[in-house]
Amino acid sequence: MDYAFIDQLWVARIPLLKGLGVSISISLASIVAGTVLGVFVGLALVYAYRPVQWLVRGYTDFIRGTPVLVLVLASYYVLSTVGIDLGPFQAGVLALAVFCSSHVGELVRGALQSIPKGQTEAAKAIGLTFPQTFAYVLGPQALRQALPAWVNTAAEMVKASTLLSIIGVGELLLRTQEVISRTFMSLEFYFFAGFLYFVINYGIERFGRYVERKTAVPS
Amino acid sequence: MTNLLEIRDLHKRYGTVEVLKGVDCSMRQGEVISIIGSSGSGKTTMLRCINMLEEFQGGTISIDGQEIGYETAGGARRRKPEREIARQRALTGMAFQQFNLFPHMTAAGNVMLGLIKVKKMSRDQARALAEKWLDRVGLLSRIDHYPGQLSGGQQQRVAIARAIAMNPKLMLFDEVTSALDPELVNEVLQVIKALAEDGMSMLIVTHEMRFAYEVSSRVIFMNQGRIGEEGNPREMFLKPKTERLAEFLKTSTFN
Ligand SMILES: Nc1ncnc2c1ncn2[C@@H]1O[C@H](COP(=O)(O)OP(=O)(O)OP(=O)(O)O)[C@@H](O)[C@H]1O
Ligand SMILES: [Mg+2]
Repeated sequence: MDYAFIDQLWVARIPLLKGLGVSISISLASIVAGTVLGVFVGLALVYAYRPVQWLVRGYTDFIRGTPVLVLVLASYYVLSTVGIDLGPFQAGVLALAVFCSSHVGELVRGALQSIPKGQTEAAKAIGLTFPQTFAYVLGPQALRQALPAWVNTAAEMVKASTLLSIIGVGELLLRTQEVISRTFMSLEFYFFAGFLYFVINYGIERFGRYVERKTAVPS
Repeated sequence: MTNLLEIRDLHKRYGTVEVLKGVDCSMRQGEVISIIGSSGSGKTTMLRCINMLEEFQGGTISIDGQEIGYETAGGARRRKPEREIARQRALTGMAFQQFNLFPHMTAAGNVMLGLIKVKKMSRDQARALAEKWLDRVGLLSRIDHYPGQLSGGQQQRVAIARAIAMNPKLMLFDEVTSALDPELVNEVLQVIKALAEDGMSMLIVTHEMRFAYEVSSRVIFMNQGRIGEEGNPREMFLKPKTERLAEFLKTSTFN
């Protein structure tokens, strides 16, 4: 039976590898886009004028209160009804990036607000402007603070990428299911896919630890 | 000759509560003025107005003849542009009760940041100045240590070096020894005394009465948002004129 699985794995290697590639692309794209957008969301939550703050707060609360699957489906099916026609890959990545941005936004907000007010005051007192204060004093501290939670979010995005199988994106889970429908070896192939996701997330976690160590402030 | 610092009829409210009710104060180059007074009398608030960490609603503050924070044009009082306020803040240096060192930078990094970003010095120039000032506060050997690796007293001395290195016209100290363990107080007071001997103009809020007595050319007693009494330290501590000051001195320890 073991040999049968290895045989089948060999036969299915090309679609599975392609699926893995697509999964990684989805995750990378949504993490990068979501983080960039999320930083702006976080900044707006802390520094924007009140009405803008409320607007952005509404955005993040709404997004975070909605199941990711619903976001994915909405992005794919609802956007087309208002004339925005995205392919499944693009629609899926958009949904995940939006989801990611609301979480990153919260992380950034929390990190910025955890910095004591004295830091801003000390920066002001030596004559730094606000952009300088942010760039050299608040930003670097917030980044260190937010890093561990950000790594978690990135790992969540990898898991959430499986949801794109529902709208027909040929990522790892969908390819695995296709292979299973042909070979009926569901236990083995699901286990194999699970193992691959674990490896990716373990890699992300190790990378995060490494960056944390590299940027740690001696004390 | 214009005074270094000129405060006229300073009024400050937090919401509807008026905490400075018309403060007047002038200070010449090289003076060392201690500000004493009971908790909540407005000492911190006055310092924070001088470098615009707080807005104020009435009166004027000028340093070297420059009006700080606000400008009056056609009868209307307006806050100056933020860039201008940032520039004016560099006229004064401030040391805080909680040090407020930047934890992610070394002692040198803390001192150099303003020199490089505000004074536009090269890294080498800034480093040289950081060495000079950290040496002056006795911490040259800790120049590459992070705040987390320093004692409270050492952190406060770095913070003072950071402020002084910017070459301010006036130094503001807000209870810089209050957060320190008793055995660390003296090293910080020594640094301030040395600055006084160098002729640095300083405004020092303190609860250390003996220190105020020894270091100041003048003492100001704040009482409920006003200046209750002022004079040279001898008169103030030995022959207080007002009942309030006498009361206050009785309740404070003179050690
Ligand atoms: N951010 C603030 N909001 C509202 N009220 C404030 C604020 N900061 C200070 N106050 C009030 O202003 C008054 C003066 O405070 P201030 O901190 O200047 O006193 P202080 O003389 O420095 O006292 P202490 O010796 O305790 O430091 C106090 O009544 C205080 O409660
Ligand atoms: Mg105070």
